[in-house]
Amino acid sequence: MQSAALPTAESDARFIQLVRLADDHLILGHRLSEWCGHAPMLEEDLAMPNIALDLLGQARALYSHAGIIENKDRDEDALAYRRLEREYTNLLMCERPNGDFAHTMLRQLFFSVFMKHYWLSGESSSDPVVAALASKAQKESDYHVRHCAQWVIRLGDGTDESAARLAKALQALTPYLHELFESDSVTQTNGDVGFLPEPSTMQTRWRADIDTIFDLAKLCLPSVENLLTQGKSGGRQGLHSESMGFLLAELQFLQRTYPNMQW
Amino acid sequence: MYSQGLNESNLASAETPEFLAEFQARIDADEKIEPNDPMPQAYRQTLIRQIGQHAHSEIVGMLPEANWLTRAPTLRRKTALLAKVQDEGGHGLYLYSAAETLGISREQMTEELLAGKAKYSSIFNYPTLSWADMGAIGWLVDGAAIMNQVPLCRCSYGPYARAMVRICKEESFHQRQGYELMISLCNGTTAQKDMAQDSLNRWWWPSLMMFGPSDSDSLHSDQSRLWKIKRFTNDELRQKFVDATVKQAQHLGLEIPDPQLAWNENKNDGAGGYDFGEIDWDEFWRVVKGHGPLNRERIAARTKAWEEGAWVREAALAYAEKQKSANTDPNNLAQKVS
Repeated sequence: MQSAALPTAESDARFIQLVRLADDHLILGHRLSEWCGHAPMLEEDLAMPNIALDLLGQARALYSHAGIIENKDRDEDALAYRRLEREYTNLLMCERPNGDFAHTMLRQLFFSVFMKHYWLSGESSSDPVVAALASKAQKESDYHVRHCAQWVIRLGDGTDESAARLAKALQALTPYLHELFESDSVTQTNGDVGFLPEPSTMQTRWRADIDTIFDLAKLCLPSVENLLTQGKSGGRQGLHSESMGFLLAELQFLQRTYPNMQW
Repeated sequence: MYSQGLNESNLASAETPEFLAEFQARIDADEKIEPNDPMPQAYRQTLIRQIGQHAHSEIVGMLPEANWLTRAPTLRRKTALLAKVQDEGGHGLYLYSAAETLGISREQMTEELLAGKAKYSSIFNYPTLSWADMGAIGWLVDGAAIMNQVPLCRCSYGPYARAMVRICKEESFHQRQGYELMISLCNGTTAQKDMAQDSLNRWWWPSLMMFGPSDSDSLHSDQSRLWKIKRFTNDELRQKFVDATVKQAQHLGLEIPDPQLAWNENKNDGAGGYDFGEIDWDEFWRVVKGHGPLNRERIAARTKAWEEGAWVREAALAYAEKQKSANTDPNNLAQKVS
């Protein structure tokens, strides 16, 4: 195992950050899958599950690698299904109920633009597994950005109703943006050793992309200062919204009701 | 939208006896009929009805399985189920496109579905009550669908036949995936095996009903066979399904819920086959006529998605119109934002 030679603090930081990312992808993929069969048009009944499948695929790779680093015999399902709510460390944005299509697409855009840049930096990770994973995920995120940006632009510059719904979604999601860029000792440790980039270093690139898209969508993002001071936080510490328990009740239902079985 | 390339003048052909005889001669010679070819109105209408029903079945059929997407027990099962339900949506899309080549729009077909004027496979009006139902649906429902659909790959109407080639490949994969799920449950604990048996008990008879009414009561079979839209009768296909599936159930160690099921060596011209009990035709007709366990709920779910999505579709159209009047290709957008 690669992790055996690492100092504990460094190994812990790697595990913690991989699980954070895996949780983001699992929880957002789970939310996105809720649209399957209920989308506004058949093309989106195919597109949203497609994005969800990419996110779940990334989650699987991240959990598996985290499990190897942790070296406590926990596989992807042990990590994805058999933890307590306080142990899930996803961004709060990811667990927000889907709301309408504008909210779903804007949330996905914010997340995917971030991940596109994050994975691009991650391609030069000191860990070859992370580098390979980042390289694949980066291409997928790039596609997600294109898909969501097209919708955000269509909705923003579509009808009065779609513009109003998009503006409402922006208002609802703005407080959650701050958390995307949060730093702490875990991200600093990993940034210092070149394992994964510091999320805060993505902010300028993220902002530039969002501004370009918003310009076409006739939307305006609040200033960075406001994002940082008015932001919600807590996901990385396992402090969730009230909706998270219900999400996990469904996600974990079979694993909790029938423990220790093979499926 | 896919019907734009159609030659409108051919939508209504003068149906002289000579024309009908020529058309039948093409069918008899196993020629494919293509969208711009002249065809009898009844042939066109039969296909619109059948392909439309098939497309609707795929779309409504997404709902019972989507019911378990958020509760799948492992990440592998979750991704497989999501990919499968997505495939069903893809089948719907090819089939609506095939139907559109006959001069009907997807919107029109959707409205007919929501208004209760178009049918879909009754099986999807049954509820998915346990995780094992994800296995049983793949194994039995997709298995029955394959029996029905493989012959359609040779259907006389080209676009339908070609769509069915891909659909059948995917359905066959789904069936194996469903069966593999059942194997996992049957090799598992007593609770898991009970879940599998309960699921088989609930899905067996509705699966047999998927082949439609008995040949003596089938309205559409004879003409469809002459036109090579349909190549086997409902009862022939049902028998094939039973003969194939009973052995699969035995391999799982599950019991088919039919006390009259028995091997009969004289069946199938001496090759042997299973005798099986009588389908509850009252239940069959009740569900077909809209009074099954979830007919109203399924259409309500589709109606909700359609109505709540109206503003999104309107926005997309409005945006495309603006781009058109500004002489901008909306597809350039992708380049601008990537």
